[in-house]
Amino acid sequence: MKKEESSERPDNTAFTQQRLPAWQPILSAGIVIPGFLIIGLAFIGIGIALFLTSQTIQVLERDYTGYEQDSPCFSCTSSSTKNCTCEITFSLDKPFTGPVFFYYGLTNYFQSFRKYGVSKDDNQLSGDTTYFKSPQDQCFPYQYDSNKKPIVPCGALPNSMFNDTFELFHVVNKTKKRVPLDGKGISWWTDYNIKYRNPSPVNGSLANAFEGTVKPINWPKPAYELDPTDPNNNGFMNQDFLVWMRRAALPQFRKLYRRITEGDYAAGLPAGDYSVTIHYNYPVLNFDGRKKVVFSNVSWMGGKNEFLGIAYLVVGSLCLVMSVVMLVVYAKFKFKEDS
Amino acid sequence: MISFLSLYYPLPRSLFSQYTLPLSLACTGEESWVDSRTVYIGHKEPPPGTEAYIPQRFPDNRIVSSKYTFWNFIPKNLFEQFRRIANFYFLIIFLVQLIIDTPTSPMTSGLPLFFVITVTAIKQGYEDWISHKADNAINQCPVHAIQHGKVIRKQSQKLRVGDIVQVKENETFPCDLILLSSSREDGTCFVTTASLDGESSHKTYYAVQDTNAFNTAEEFDTLHSTIECEQPQPDLYKYVGRINIYLDRDEPIARPLGSENLLLRGATLKNTEFIYAVAIYTGMESKMALNYQSKSQKRSAVEKSMNAYLIVYLCILISKALINTVLKYVWQADTNRDEPWYNQKTENERQRHVLIRAFTDFLAYMVLFNYIIPVSMYVTVEMQKFLGSYFIQWDDDMFDEEIGERPLVNTSDLNEELGQVEYVFTDKTGTLTENNMELKECCVDGHVYVPHAICNGQVLPGAVGMDMDMIDSSPGVDGKEREELFFRALCLCHTVQVKEEETVDGIKRGIHQGKCTSSYISSSPDEVALVEGMQRLGFTYLRLKDSHMEILNREDEMERFELLEVLNFDSVRRRMSVIVRSSTGEHYMFCKGADSSIFPRVVSGKVEQVRARVEHNAVEGLRTLCVAYKKLSHVEYEDVCRLLNCAKLALQDRDKKLAEAYDVIEKDFILLGATAVEDRLQDKAADTIESLHKAGMKVWVLTGDKMETAAATCYASKLFHRSTQILELTTKRTEEQSLHDVLFDLSRTVLRQHGSMTRDTFSGFSGDFQDYGLIIDGATLSAILKPTQEGTRNGGNYKEIFLEICRNCSAVLCCRMAPLQKAQIVKMIKASKEHPITLAIGDGANDVSMILEAHVGIGIMGKEGRQAARNSDYAITKFKHLKKMLLVHGHYYYVRIAELVQYFFYKNVCFIFPQFLYQFFCGFSQQPLYDTAYLTLYNISFTSLPILLYSLMEQHINMDILKRDPSLYRDIAKNSHLRWPTFIYWTFLGLFDAMVFFFGAFFLFDNATFTSNGQLMATNTQMMFGNWTFGTLVFTVLVFTVTLKLALDTHYWTWINHFVIWGSLLFYVIFSLLWGGIIWPFLNYQRMYYVFMQMLSSGPAWLSIILLIIVSLLPDVLKKVLCRALWPTTTEKIQNADKLYKGHLSEFTPLSSLHAPPARKHEESQNSAHRRSDSSLPKKLMCTYWGGRRDYCTFSSFLQIGENPRFSGAAYAYSAPGPETSV
Repeated sequence: MKKEESSERPDNTAFTQQRLPAWQPILSAGIVIPGFLIIGLAFIGIGIALFLTSQTIQVLERDYTGYEQDSPCFSCTSSSTKNCTCEITFSLDKPFTGPVFFYYGLTNYFQSFRKYGVSKDDNQLSGDTTYFKSPQDQCFPYQYDSNKKPIVPCGALPNSMFNDTFELFHVVNKTKKRVPLDGKGISWWTDYNIKYRNPSPVNGSLANAFEGTVKPINWPKPAYELDPTDPNNNGFMNQDFLVWMRRAALPQFRKLYRRITEGDYAAGLPAGDYSVTIHYNYPVLNFDGRKKVVFSNVSWMGGKNEFLGIAYLVVGSLCLVMSVVMLVVYAKFKFKEDS
Repeated sequence: MISFLSLYYPLPRSLFSQYTLPLSLACTGEESWVDSRTVYIGHKEPPPGTEAYIPQRFPDNRIVSSKYTFWNFIPKNLFEQFRRIANFYFLIIFLVQLIIDTPTSPMTSGLPLFFVITVTAIKQGYEDWISHKADNAINQCPVHAIQHGKVIRKQSQKLRVGDIVQVKENETFPCDLILLSSSREDGTCFVTTASLDGESSHKTYYAVQDTNAFNTAEEFDTLHSTIECEQPQPDLYKYVGRINIYLDRDEPIARPLGSENLLLRGATLKNTEFIYAVAIYTGMESKMALNYQSKSQKRSAVEKSMNAYLIVYLCILISKALINTVLKYVWQADTNRDEPWYNQKTENERQRHVLIRAFTDFLAYMVLFNYIIPVSMYVTVEMQKFLGSYFIQWDDDMFDEEIGERPLVNTSDLNEELGQVEYVFTDKTGTLTENNMELKECCVDGHVYVPHAICNGQVLPGAVGMDMDMIDSSPGVDGKEREELFFRALCLCHTVQVKEEETVDGIKRGIHQGKCTSSYISSSPDEVALVEGMQRLGFTYLRLKDSHMEILNREDEMERFELLEVLNFDSVRRRMSVIVRSSTGEHYMFCKGADSSIFPRVVSGKVEQVRARVEHNAVEGLRTLCVAYKKLSHVEYEDVCRLLNCAKLALQDRDKKLAEAYDVIEKDFILLGATAVEDRLQDKAADTIESLHKAGMKVWVLTGDKMETAAATCYASKLFHRSTQILELTTKRTEEQSLHDVLFDLSRTVLRQHGSMTRDTFSGFSGDFQDYGLIIDGATLSAILKPTQEGTRNGGNYKEIFLEICRNCSAVLCCRMAPLQKAQIVKMIKASKEHPITLAIGDGANDVSMILEAHVGIGIMGKEGRQAARNSDYAITKFKHLKKMLLVHGHYYYVRIAELVQYFFYKNVCFIFPQFLYQFFCGFSQQPLYDTAYLTLYNISFTSLPILLYSLMEQHINMDILKRDPSLYRDIAKNSHLRWPTFIYWTFLGLFDAMVFFFGAFFLFDNATFTSNGQLMATNTQMMFGNWTFGTLVFTVLVFTVTLKLALDTHYWTWINHFVIWGSLLFYVIFSLLWGGIIWPFLNYQRMYYVFMQMLSSGPAWLSIILLIIVSLLPDVLKKVLCRALWPTTTEKIQNADKLYKGHLSEFTPLSSLHAPPARKHEESQNSAHRRSDSSLPKKLMCTYWGGRRDYCTFSSFLQIGENPRFSGAAYAYSAPGPETSV
């Protein structure tokens, strides 16, 4: 009987009695006003820094779609022309400090389509040759060609890889001086080194590993010939391919094309005239898209973006205003209390 | 849940707790003699020729309380689970995902669903396994049965109807048995039904007289006998049967069998060495098993609003999907958008009909957005309720030292409903009062006697025969005789048993002071009080022996009366009688009962004096009984016997016939006198009622007692104050005036007051305005509720007017209530137009109906057994614990679950709305914004624990303050935290936050800032972020924001809260690092690989995460601070004040001063002083009150006695004398 009683008795611990020691903060004006003040000041500080930094970043954008009749690439827009080349020019009033990054940009292009996004075979792309013979179904309708031969890399995403190429020339005294473009390391390090793998070469040749497969329908060249200048930049390890494979989130995007880090231009582009020779291949007009080339440099906070700085400034000043408002309210409230 | 909780109790109770007793009083008249069964005792055929031997088939004695078997568990359990609408919804979503090509993998909804289903299945399986174990233990326990003249051991489940069973002392009956013989000579045995209905008192059962001689197994082998009885029915207290005994080859002897012969399965044999009995109802046909009934599920108000919100969200979900589907087809009107060259459709897709495509798209959107209805909310709510109920059970404040019981939570579904109570319906006896009876006085022909009072454990001498009303204290010789007759009557007219051991549960008192060798036990505490009182007046009831009652009179002489008949008490007759034969051979019939049932049956005696005294005592709040007697001549006695036997032998309508017989027999009495038994108020009952009043609850007392007694208790318990104007709606009044007029009169009165109240709303209960108390009795109530013939004109009207009156009364007393009427009142209030939340509290079987009817039923584990406790949702030990239950636990759980529900919807809006917005930027292609892992784990692991722990730990105000300041309860009244404005605020906050997350990330991405310059990771120079980084950024901000939002709402940070909140965030980061850090071999895509790390390596990402989190939280913080400063609720004021006093507020300041006019401060301190003085007074002192004369014209409270300066002692000196002390 005694025993039963003691077992019935609840444990008298702080936890069971809901009396654990606790910190009991209250969002009262006394805490929040100084809090807002500090946040506001800090944000304004950060905002100014961001804004000023953003101002120092130079960006140069040129549309080369050829939509207007007078634009240099108009002639290339008709689908009949093959291997069309056009040229756009720009001039810099002041030097463009380096390192300069060279992007291509597309608008109204939905890399974020769901089916488009999954239309690739990760197993192929990690070099698994068993999937070279039978690509996965999500690649459909870019799985097999009309002869029932497997496409490698299969799917809509690789198939639609951007294939305009650019050459940049510095026009000095009417002579074009080629600006060296660095295409290495423009993709994610992990993509290049870990995630994507080429099939192991057969008889020392990457091309042999692709035996029995066909190139994607829209590609002019098979994957193992993407970069004839650099044998290590071919197959799935091609930097441009990797950049393309990382899908953009929004229908208006830029992707890195090259860096200008070498030779005379390592410190940036000096003022002067430049021309970009474009090998125009990629059709965008039929879905109302636009293409452009972008030159930009970066700072510690990345590319040019005034939004972040302005947002910080706005939020910071809002916090300050709020702290003042609250101070007024609080003072009034206090006053009322006391009376 | 019931049996899950009952794990922690000893085994038998866990089984029996599932068996509920029927409302024995409520279902009178439903009895029907469907058909009968014939039981052949010992499976022996009756002698040939007497009757055809038709062996009937009966079920075996296996008890099955489990729901599933090993084989059907999975299908049956799944079926049960998918009957829940939410589970079914998620199943449909899952199936849709399996069938059509959907944006997210079926895993994302399948996994959480699987998790939920598995957890529930494991829980239910475990519960069922426990009941299997319990069943097996019971089914396999050995019993002793007689076979071929030998006692053999058998498994209990193998018992069959007709088996003769031997049961030894302290064994439990294995099935329903008819008692054939007992080791006691008189053929009785004692039984306790503690495990059945919790009554630990010993009840006497009787063996069939003609078989009592059979005492060994061999003898029983020769018994030829059959039993005819009704088929099993669930009423525990009803049994009708007949035994035919074939002793010789003669005609069989037929004997009636009644419930006094029927030993119920589950009861335990006591005080009897062994018995032999025959099994008549076995297994699932035993009365206990038939009483298995699952209680109807009560749903809380919170759950109802939760469901309403769910419907809103379902509409949002569907409209989102519809909007997107429509927009998709509008947008796609241009083929180049629909099918740009880089994303060609298959031939199959092109040919599909546009409607089918649209429908598939619609389903796909549904799947994509389905997370807005969180599958985990149900699990979290259920876990919160289940775990939360432990805090109620663990509460040391509600632990009762005396009986060693802690609160019992029978259903945890209603925790938050405790915080929403608007009407409290309380029983009086045993709930407001202690049900600890003591004979205060008796009145014989108008002379008043007070028994020895016990004061501080000592008997005060010389109080015998003290006369208060008559100046000459010695009644004449005739008076002396009457006096002794009266005492004898009380010694004989009862069903009290004498227990000759020391340790008995329940009611026990030593007969001989000091020796404590024996004690009285009875199912009615009044009877014990009377017998004990008689002992103190000199007449001691010794024992019942060989159907002779032995009493010791004042001269210590033994008097023996043969007990001939007992006409048991029932609540309809409200009286009981015995017929005895004195040693001189005279027959006496004694009757005691309620005054209303005795006075009409009295032909002589000093009726007027006694009636006056009874009324006086009733006004004092004492329970009165009248005693009458008559002498029966031998002939009369024969008549009575015949009448009774005739009724007892009836197989059909036995009860009705008995009642008729009783009615005929119990009349023409001579009134002897009356008794008054005091039932003390429970500890802190008044304080509790006052607190409930202050908390804005309306307290109704429902009692079967008479009006005066009940009214006195109401004054004592501060339900009525001296300033309360009492409105009476009683038979007395309706006799003078028509009910119609009375009702209109009263409603005019209260409505006049109502007008003045609106002028004076701020004063609340402390104001000077008249507050009203209503007294109504059962007869009037039924008249009001009865639909009248001209119903169209008046019928509904009465009810409306009555409700209108009640609404304006601060307290209502309903007296003379039948149990069913109690439930009717609760039902009526429940159905009134505000649909208030009701709570019923009671301790007895007569309260069960109202406990079951009310939204929250609370049982008190009291002296009248455990029926109420078992049928209740919560059981407590004392009425005073109701205060903490409602004001603290109820308040907490309401606030907690309200936040839980709102927060759950909020966080899912935050979660899914960006995904909706993203559709505009992915060509409405149902591209998910977040990775599968994030979609799956968001609700079940990243954001689940903080809110669960919040909803268990949160204390927005200190417990002590909640208890001290009941008016805080009004802050949460009427489901205030879950009203539509609050819900809309939360939803809009969610929408705002979602916009901030999405467009914040959008603008940053739009301008391609999200490029790292490679300073963090040297090998990376300049990368572009893709769509998964976009989603991850939004998701990171999302997880941090919703968790920090909860952190902002947390007022009570224990280490657990710190642990789960910061732990969850840390877990998210670690998980993301891990998820993106490894090439997972089992996945066929590696889209998240290094995404999180790359994001973190970008400075702007950090900056924007911080910015977006702050911006999302800003408006809520602002709203909180401004509301707190400008329009503070009472709760917030108290919080501020508490902060100011560094948490010691409860100790120093009178809280009321913080939010009430200064006048109340005085009252408050006064009340606390009263409380102090009350508690400092030993209750025993009250006996001395009788030493003095006092007027009784005014209703006065027992507590006034305590406030009498003579007894108040030092403690009282501190308090200023309030108005109530000046009596």
